[in-house]
Amino acid sequence: MSDTSKTPILEVKELGIDFGGLTAVNDLNLQIYDREIVGLIGPNGAGKTTVFNLLTKVYKPTRGQILFEGRDTAGQTVVGMNRAGIARTFQNIRLFDKLTVLDNVRTGYHNSVRYSPFTAVLRLPSYYAREREIEGKSRELLKIMELDQYTDVTAGNLPYGAQRRLEIARALATGPKLLLLDEPAAGMNPQETENLMQMIRFIRDHFGIAILLIEHDMQLVMGICERITVLNYGMMLAEGTPEEIRSNPAVIKAYLGE
Amino acid sequence: MTKKKNLFQILVDDRHRARTISYTMVIAAYIIVEAMLRSGNLSNLFINLLVPVTCYMVAAIGLNLNVGVSGELNLGQAGFMAIGAFSGICLSGFFADTIPAVPRLMLAILFGALLTALMGFLIGIPVLKLQGDYLAIVTLAFGEIVKNLIMNLYVGFDRTGLKVSFVQQTFTLEEGGRILLNGPMGSTSTQKISTFTAGMILVIIALAIVYNLLYSRHGRAIMAARDNRIAAESVGISVSRTKMLAFVVSASLAGAAGVLYGLNYSTLIVSKFDFNTSILILVYVVLGGLGNINGTLIATVILFLLPEMLRSLQAYRMLIYAVILILIMLITNNQSLRAGLQSLRNRGKKDE
Repeated sequence: MSDTSKTPILEVKELGIDFGGLTAVNDLNLQIYDREIVGLIGPNGAGKTTVFNLLTKVYKPTRGQILFEGRDTAGQTVVGMNRAGIARTFQNIRLFDKLTVLDNVRTGYHNSVRYSPFTAVLRLPSYYAREREIEGKSRELLKIMELDQYTDVTAGNLPYGAQRRLEIARALATGPKLLLLDEPAAGMNPQETENLMQMIRFIRDHFGIAILLIEHDMQLVMGICERITVLNYGMMLAEGTPEEIRSNPAVIKAYLGE
Repeated sequence: MTKKKNLFQILVDDRHRARTISYTMVIAAYIIVEAMLRSGNLSNLFINLLVPVTCYMVAAIGLNLNVGVSGELNLGQAGFMAIGAFSGICLSGFFADTIPAVPRLMLAILFGALLTALMGFLIGIPVLKLQGDYLAIVTLAFGEIVKNLIMNLYVGFDRTGLKVSFVQQTFTLEEGGRILLNGPMGSTSTQKISTFTAGMILVIIALAIVYNLLYSRHGRAIMAARDNRIAAESVGISVSRTKMLAFVVSASLAGAAGVLYGLNYSTLIVSKFDFNTSILILVYVVLGGLGNINGTLIATVILFLLPEMLRSLQAYRMLIYAVILILIMLITNNQSLRAGLQSLRNRGKKDE
């Protein structure tokens, strides 16, 4: 369990969003601490991905507050949230299909390793230095995500599981403090899922970051999450350790019906 | 890490092959044409087309960055060429007696490129908030506005200095003054200082700028924003800023091309840079293959020279031209032909 006396890296207070007359998320409270793996689960349409879109400012919240590292994020843009330290993957994979695997990861370093367009056009020495740095770091990440055999493959041609891992690699390249994974195991077989679980744990330990993940695969969620938040109809249904969630009658009712 | 490659391997590897082919093609074309010029094997008709074809190549390379790589439809390329052409003509005319031809041409091209880059930036601020068809409409309107403004622009200079006016009646020069731009008549007595060599150097510079940009974090950002806007923003790429970069570079290359074009004719009217010219450049880019710079170069040369080659057909010229365009489209989009080419390429790879 995490040390609750510390300030959480992410703190969500009474967050809500309406789409017209529909309340998609309401009164959500969530804290994530450093180096924690937290699960966000719930039946289809519960509003899990909407929460991710709120956290990354794709949607502007109707109500409530999102504090990242203690600072209010009101008025931030999608780009700004990434620079602040939140990276994400997408439920329906969004890679740069026509770029190679290596270039996909390289784009992740867009903000952390910088040089001007003039440096690029004039091929100044710093261009070569920065590009070498980007390439070295990118190859290292590809190795960690077990993608090194695909380095020069066009991303759109990758097998499904590799595409999901590439999205994680690209997100990690932006140097996040909090990583949001939207159904990372979707479409994976049990062997791949098992592999992914170890990978997620390794990422947390190696990069020292917090991870919030949406997942339907209960084996994975119960296996690696230290805390779990359950959403139903946009509302928080339960919160607790995997054991608490597993035995919570409200959760069982939401999943299985009466 | 991969093992060190020698220079030749670097030149022909997947990442750099297109660039190597571009440079080789341009340099080879230059050597062949120069040799033919020296030996007097070129007709006058063809010689007169040499500079314009390099201009269109530069403008098309720029537009390919904007339309092919960045994925934004821009129908105002001729407008940027017009700004470049007439600013270049004015600058060159003003310094006609004080600066020798070659540095004057270089100065004019630099001035035209910077001016159009600035114009591109200013127009880009509102325009790049739009997407798809809206962007096309606004850039189209921009081209028409530029054309009409320049059509009513009077520029000249006399002892008292440079004079600029939009009204003919108020435009008077003292004795000994010279008119640079005469409203609808355009430029009337420009010194022709553009050369084929200068044009080919400009093509090489344009290629270097675009390729160097493409193989950089900025190029990757431009392509990422094209492939998936939402994902690009999620990794911290400011999509509007990268689109702006592609738009401004494209505009400034069109401007440089315009200067070269303007200084190739003693008289030039602005209606040369109308909507049809924008479409023509777009046709070069689309038929050459979006994002494919070598294709753009080849398509520009063929499609620019074709109407001239077809002159003997007289009235049927544009008809045949249109038929050829359609045929090229059909052939290059033929699935089985593409598959055949791909398998040839793969076979070549296995042999390596």
